[in-house]
Formats: sequence, C-alpha cells, structure tokens
Amino acid sequence: MDEIFGIPAPLLFGQLLLGLINGAFYAMLSLGLAVIFGLLNIINFAHGAQFMMGAFAAWMLLEWAGLGYWWALLLAPIIVGFTGVVMERLMISRLYKLDHLYGLLLTFGLALIIEGIFRNEFGSSGMPYRIPPELAGAWDLGFMFLPVYRGWVVIAALILCLATWLLIEKTRLGAYLRAATENAALVQAFGVNVPRMVTLTYGAGVALAAIGGVLAAPIYSVNPQMGTNLIIVVFAVVVIGGMGSILGSIVTGFGLGIVEGLTKVFWPEASATVIFVIMAIVLLARPAGLFGRA
Amino acid sequence: MPLSRRQLLAAGTTAAALGGFSPLRAQANTIRIGVLTDMSGPYRDSTGPGSVVCTQQAVQEFGNKGFQVEVLQADHQNKPDVGANLARQWYDQGVDAIIDVPTSSVALAITQIAKEKNKVFLNSGAAVTELTGAHCNPNFVHWTYDTYMLSKGLAGALTKAGGNTWYFVTADYAFGHALQRDATRFVEEAGGKVLGAARYPFPSTTDFSSFLLQAQASRAKVLGLANASGDTVNCIKQGREFGLNKSMRFAALLMGLVDVHALGLETGQGLLLTESFYWGLNDRTRAFGKRVQPKMPNRAMPAMVHAGCYGVTLHYLKAVADMGVAAAKASGTDVVARMKAMPTDDDAFGQGRIREDGRKLHPSFLFEVKSPAESKEPWDYYKLVATTPAEEAFRPLSEGGCPLVRS
Amino acid sequence: MADTATTLTNAAMREQVRAGEGVWGFSRSQLVGVLALVAFILVAPFVLYPVFVMKLLCFALFACAFNLLIGYVGLLSFGHAAYFGMGAYITGYVAKAWGVTPVLAIIMGGVVAAAMGVVGGWIAIRRQGIYFAMITLALAQMVYFFCVQAPFTGGEDGIQAIPRGSFLGIVDLSNDMTMYWFTAAIFLAGFLLIHRIIHSPFGQVLKAIRENEPRATSLGYRTDDFKLMAFILSAGLAGIAGATKSLVFGIATLTDVHWAMSGEVVLMTLVGGLGTVFGPVVGAAVIVTMQNYLAEMGAWVTVIQGAIFVACVLAFRRGIVGEIANLLKVKL
Repeated sequence: MDEIFGIPAPLLFGQLLLGLINGAFYAMLSLGLAVIFGLLNIINFAHGAQFMMGAFAAWMLLEWAGLGYWWALLLAPIIVGFTGVVMERLMISRLYKLDHLYGLLLTFGLALIIEGIFRNEFGSSGMPYRIPPELAGAWDLGFMFLPVYRGWVVIAALILCLATWLLIEKTRLGAYLRAATENAALVQAFGVNVPRMVTLTYGAGVALAAIGGVLAAPIYSVNPQMGTNLIIVVFAVVVIGGMGSILGSIVTGFGLGIVEGLTKVFWPEASATVIFVIMAIVLLARPAGLFGRA
Repeated sequence: MPLSRRQLLAAGTTAAALGGFSPLRAQANTIRIGVLTDMSGPYRDSTGPGSVVCTQQAVQEFGNKGFQVEVLQADHQNKPDVGANLARQWYDQGVDAIIDVPTSSVALAITQIAKEKNKVFLNSGAAVTELTGAHCNPNFVHWTYDTYMLSKGLAGALTKAGGNTWYFVTADYAFGHALQRDATRFVEEAGGKVLGAARYPFPSTTDFSSFLLQAQASRAKVLGLANASGDTVNCIKQGREFGLNKSMRFAALLMGLVDVHALGLETGQGLLLTESFYWGLNDRTRAFGKRVQPKMPNRAMPAMVHAGCYGVTLHYLKAVADMGVAAAKASGTDVVARMKAMPTDDDAFGQGRIREDGRKLHPSFLFEVKSPAESKEPWDYYKLVATTPAEEAFRPLSEGGCPLVRS
Repeated sequence: MADTATTLTNAAMREQVRAGEGVWGFSRSQLVGVLALVAFILVAPFVLYPVFVMKLLCFALFACAFNLLIGYVGLLSFGHAAYFGMGAYITGYVAKAWGVTPVLAIIMGGVVAAAMGVVGGWIAIRRQGIYFAMITLALAQMVYFFCVQAPFTGGEDGIQAIPRGSFLGIVDLSNDMTMYWFTAAIFLAGFLLIHRIIHSPFGQVLKAIRENEPRATSLGYRTDDFKLMAFILSAGLAGIAGATKSLVFGIATLTDVHWAMSGEVVLMTLVGGLGTVFGPVVGAAVIVTMQNYLAEMGAWVTVIQGAIFVACVLAFRRGIVGEIANLLKVKL
C-alpha cells in the first residue's frame, strides 16, 4: 500500500495530519464565534481582527515588556478579552434586540477600524515572532517530519475546546448560560445578573480568538491582515456546524481542516473553495447545519 | 431622455468651458506629480508612504530650476476601478505624471489612461512584464523591476550554481503564474529541471505546510516561491519549521528588504533573492539611504520600489527642465521620448538608460540574507552574491512584442 | 429568523401609498425625490467629475437591484458580487474580443447574470434568513473561483482596455460626456423599472411574502415562484450595473466578484436606508465618494469607513434616507 489514488501514502498521512492542525485553528476560532452567537445572538465579524490582536499582543509583550511566549499565552487573552468587554459595554450591548444584520455590520465596522489602526501603527509587512525554545525542533514520525510546535497547537486546541465544552455543558455557570440563551428574562428573575454574564461571555469569546492569535504568532506572519483571510472560512465552519452549536463548531472545525488538507493534495487551486461547496450542500440538506437544532 | 447629438456635443463643450471641477486648477508653471500607491493593503510597506517620501526627496534634491513641483498622493486600495477613477481625475485636473502604482491590474488600467490623455505614467511598484510588452505605449516608463528580471537574476544564477532541480509553490493568480513561467524558462536554459509546482488559492491561504510538504516529497534541490509579501514570509517561516531548509535551498522570486525585516535574520539567513537596489550596495546608495531614512515611516531604510520612485522622479524632472515646462505639460509622449533620449544617473541606480519600449535598464543583483552575526547595524541584511549586467538583466526588446519597437 | 428584513424595513414601510395619489405609483414626497434625482443627474457632470458620477450611478443601480431583494422580499443576499462581476466580465469580453456594440454587450452581460440568477436563486430561495445569506455567499465564492481559473477573465490582471464603442453606430462613447448620458439613461431606466416592479401586483405579492409568507401561501400564491422571479430580476439588474461599469472604466477585474464587493453593496443599502426607494442611491453615493475622496487620506480610509458604519448602526439605523423620511414623516 504505497499509493492511495496515485498519491504516496506517507504524503497523504502527512497531509491529513496537517489538515488536522489547520482544523485546530478553525475549531478554536469558530468555537469563540459559536459561544458569542449562542448567547448574544451577535455574528462577531471582528473575530478575525481580535485573533490578529492576540498575535500582536504577544509580540508587544515580548518587544516592550520582555515577556515571552508562555506569559503571552496567559496575558494576551486577558488584555484582548478586556478590550472585548469594553466594546460590548459601549456598543454591542445596544443591539441585542435588533436583527442579526446590525450586529454583523457593527462588528464589521469595528474590524475595519482595528485593522486600519494596526496597519497605520505597525505597517503591513508583519513582525517576527519566534517559536519558544521549549517547543522548537521536530519529531520524525516515519511518514513525515512533524514540528513539535504544530503538535502543541493541536493539543492546546483540543484542551481548550474540551474545557469550553465542559464548562458550558457540565457546570452550573454553563447551565445559567444555556438557560439565558433560551429565556434571558426568566434567568434574570432567578437573580442571575444576565447582562454581566453576557458581557463576560463576549469577553471570553474574544479571549478564545486571542489565544488562537498567540498560538498562530510563531508560525504565521504577524500582520494586520492575518485575520481577514481566516474569518470568512471560519464563518462557513460555524454555519456548517450549526450556528451556536459548541460541539458542532469543534467537530466541523477539525473535520473541515482535514477535508481542506486533502483538497490541497488533489486539487490545490480549489482548496479555498471546497469549504463553500460543502457549506452549500449542507445547508440544502440540513438547513440548521450538521449539529444545529432546526 | 431625448437628447440630440448636437445637444450632447454642446453639453460636452460647456463642461470643457466650465473646466475646473475642483481647486486643482492647472497652473502654467507648476509640474504636478501624483503618487498613486497602496496605503492600506498588503503592499503598503514595500510601496505606500515610503514611495511618497522618496518622490518628495527627489523633488527636493532637484531643487528649483525655474518651475514649481507639487506632489500629490492617493491610495488606490488595490482596486482597479478606484485607481482608474483617481488617475482619470488627476490627469483631467492637471496632474502631469503618475508615479509608482503597485498591483498589476491597476497598473495595466492606468497605462491605457495615460496614453488616452497623453500624460505620463512612471511605474515603479508593479511587476508585470506586459507593461513593456503587448500593453506598452509611448507614455509609459517601467523603472524598477519586473517578473523577468526577478526570475532571471535568481533562477539562472542558482541553477548554474548547482541548484538544478526545482519545485515551485505558486500563488494562483497572474503574477504568480508569470513568475513561475519566467523562472522555469531560466532553470531549463541553465540545464536544470522543474519537478513540479503547487498552486495555492490567492489570497485566502495562510497555511502553506501542505504545499511545502509536497515540495519536500519531490526531492527537488530548490524551493521556488512564486508569490509576494506576507505569503512569501509565511512560506519561509513554515518551511524552516518543517525542516525544509535542511534539504532544499529557498529561492524567493519576489522578496524585498521589508519582507526580510518582517522575517527576522534568524529565520531569513541564507535566503537568496534578487533586487535592483539595496541601500548598502555602494557609497552612492548608502548616501541615498542615509539621506532618506530619517523621513521614512518607522525610520525604515528605503526598499527597491521606494528607490525607484526617487530615481524615476529625478529623471522625469531633468527631462522636463531640459525641454521646458510648457512643452512638457503639452505632451506626455514628448516627455517620455526625451526621458528615453537622455542617459539616466542617480544615486540609487547609478548610470543607465530607458529603452524604446519604456523599460529602464540597470543591473540586477543576487543577494544572500546575512546571519544575525554578520549583520553589523540595523537594516544591514544583504551580502552581494552576483551581478547581472544591465543589458542582460531584462527581457530582450525582440521578445516583448511591444508595438513601439517595430515602428 | 424568517423575519430578518421585516423588522428592518417596517419603519420605512409603515406608511403606505394611498391609491390615486401621486404619479406612476410615486407618492408626492417621492416625486419630489425623483425630481431632485433627475436634477442631480442633469447638473452633476458639470459640477463633479463625470467619470466619478458615472461610477456612482453604476453602484447606485447595483444597490437598487440589491434592495429589490432585501427591501421588498426580505432576502439578504451576501453574494451579489457574483452577478455584478459576471455582468462586467461578459460585457467586457464580448465588447473586446468580439467587437459587440455597447448596448448589445450590456444586454448580454445582464442576460448572463440573470441566467446565473435562475440557478443561484433556485438553490438559495429554499432557505431563509442567515442561511439564505450563507448559501448566496457560498455560490458567489464558487463563481469567484471560476473567474480566477477561467482563461477568458485574464486572472488577476482582469480584462483591460475594453472599448466603449459607439451608441447605435452614431454617438461615439469614448467621450466622457456622451458616455455619461448613456450611463445616466441606463441608470434611470433601471431605477424606474425597479420602481415599476415594486408597484405592480407582482410587487405587492412580494411584499405580502415578506410580511407573512405562510399567509401568502394560504392565499394561493406560489411564493417560491415569486421569490425566484425577484431573485432573477435582481441578479439581472446587478449584472447590467456591472456591465455598464466595465464599459465606463474599460476594465473588469476580480475586485468586482470578490466577497468584499458583496459586503460593500450591503453597506451601501444599509447606510442609505433599507427598503426605501432612494436609500440605495444615497448609500452608494456616500460609499463611492468616501472611497474616492478619502483616498488622499492614505491609510485612514478604512478607519474612517469603519467609524461611519459603527456610527450608522449605533445612531442612524434607518439609514440616511430612512432617517430623513422619519423626520419629515413622509415615505421616500
């Protein structure tokens, strides 16, 4: 079994693994989007910009404060999450009773502003950020050469996704969140501070994007437009998984990463389009997405 | 709306008579230069504000030769319709020359307009060779570089030096295809072989590892990167991560100083690339770099396209002074013809000339990126490996298919 | 989610036109608006830069076509760039490669876009709300992919140097002023056609579907047929807008089919006022003017654009025209 469909087997396994790694980023970003959409009913177009802010926060912490990768992984989500909280309080909170479209447009506008400011401040060509020495090097898996850092990204993403899922599905706080999604007024009547919970949820969703950004900083170019290219794909992931479905976005994120990886072998030019083809088919067959409730 | 042809003509004449739509009224003794560039997109750092600074530097150094020079700037947002609209408006409102214009689709649109309005278009930022080929015209000068120069300087030299099997990772759009096509030719001419290519969707790709892995599996000796800016940086970063640098040589077909800066020397060391200008090349370029640096955004050293804006502006102004402002304003064709007739000389590119198809000729240089230990000061990034002389660096006149050449 | 646009347009639609009042289905206040629009079209090329006004008119027609779908049927398409861009490509190609006359070339662009609308609409109208938007986006991405790959589009360089030709073989359109009147005529024809559609019995059924689709079905209307027809009309008109733009500038490029263009038309319509007759025109004017006149502000263009959208969403949700109409208590 040296070849599968004319592609050498080791290369195919390698591509599957790489697809999984990319899927980890899709999963992390779509997770944040799904959490925000689930509770706030806001389609957060600024997610890509917030992902970028996470990567830049890591760079700034290193450059200006001398704090390395591990500190960034802890601090960047807090900093970026805090900016999210401010945005939610000042602007997004005014839109909850309105149509989705307004949330989408507001966050789209915010994304333009954030990216514009970063571009003015730091230029467009990007900043260098190195892989932390603890995670440098690579493993020889026999069929491919896997950088340790990529392995770490998959593990970190899986832990993060699992933790978020457990938090929402298995804890009391998660139960409040889910209840508030169904009927905010009732939950409020039970003495839960729903507006604060909503604000913090947005902050948490943004923090997830920021963690994604920190994880991406050492392997992707840290530049102001790094999130723009991702956001539209991540949207498709969320829609395919089912809007607001946590599990759906995680599974779809990893799954689509793999599908995309395979397309890169057989028809590389189409690898950006394949996700949209899948999205159209899924929406026609299962309108609420793979894991959504109709 | 029933309007007769005569009424239409009358309307047209009235418009012409009313003339000035804006405060930009043309003054007889002022030359207006518009820098149309990418201020908000991916090419901002390698063109953008730096191009404006270098154009202004040329104007300042040229001094007052009996006429005023005014420099305008605008952002074409990488949209051909925005660029074309701005260009038409500028030309109609008294701008004499448009400078820079990265992004080939915008540049191709504007070269038509320059010809139609009989104005001047001096390109520094775009790479597409059609500008001096099928689309060439007598109102156009292509100064800094093109895909042919980039591929020849790099692919030919590297193949001869033993890198005789190549694998390309190519951005799936016209520019990427052109780079790959030109480079393939030089690899083959030098006796090398291209083992394959992966075309990835542009601009929506951020992870290149699968393409890099395909390249690695091909066992080629050289990884040819037929893409630009952020994509190239990502490819190199990820290529090192996957250990490709142990078995392959990286050849970035379009890579500039700002990209090396973004990459960092730690990751970038050993890379080979081609440029027609580097500030540390000789005493004149060094002097130019030091003059401009304090004015550049983030105190960066000028890159190739920036220097091109400087060189072409200086030469343009010399031609204007030589023929007189009135004559220069009257006909863009005449100015460009004079520019072609006069030998060029500036600190950034040294001595050279402009060929009849509008191609500026100067040597191209093959550089290797220094290691952090070799770099002695900020922006000290390159060491010179080889030089291709001016007459050989660009596509021969006969191959371009420029209609101007036959006549 | 089915009532997506209903809530959006309610405010503007509350006031209904009483039968017998106004001309051609325009209310009195709208008639004033139409006169103002015509006056603007007549005066603009002498005051503003004609090519700029032409661009503005092309985008205004595009936004009106888009508004037909969101404003009157309640369907938010996030893939209208596909029809706009394909109209531009087809017209550009036939005008340049086959030497087709401008009128015929524009018609061909519109017809191809409408034909694509048949397919796209047939798939998309099965879903509503955000899912409708996502299917249209998916289809548009596939069209984009086709345009990148197909040889006739010229890839990233686009189709360049498209000749404007001459109108009926008599009037040379390479002159900006003649081209301007040509473009203005197309815009006005499209604008009035859309208005006619909305005020026809067909249009009334569309509005009924928007307000309450099950009820419209129960009244015996095959709502899917109506929605599909509206989609095809909208796509065809978007194609004509793109086709005209490709002749005005002599270029057709990937920018026209990119999803950012789909986003832009949503913004234009929203800034102007969803479901209003003049909103899309005003919105297009604002966005195109910003792109053009802020270009000299360098990199701040995107920041200013973003700030305007944020301000619109937070403070002027009805859009410019919607707010004015609300203030004057008239329907525009």
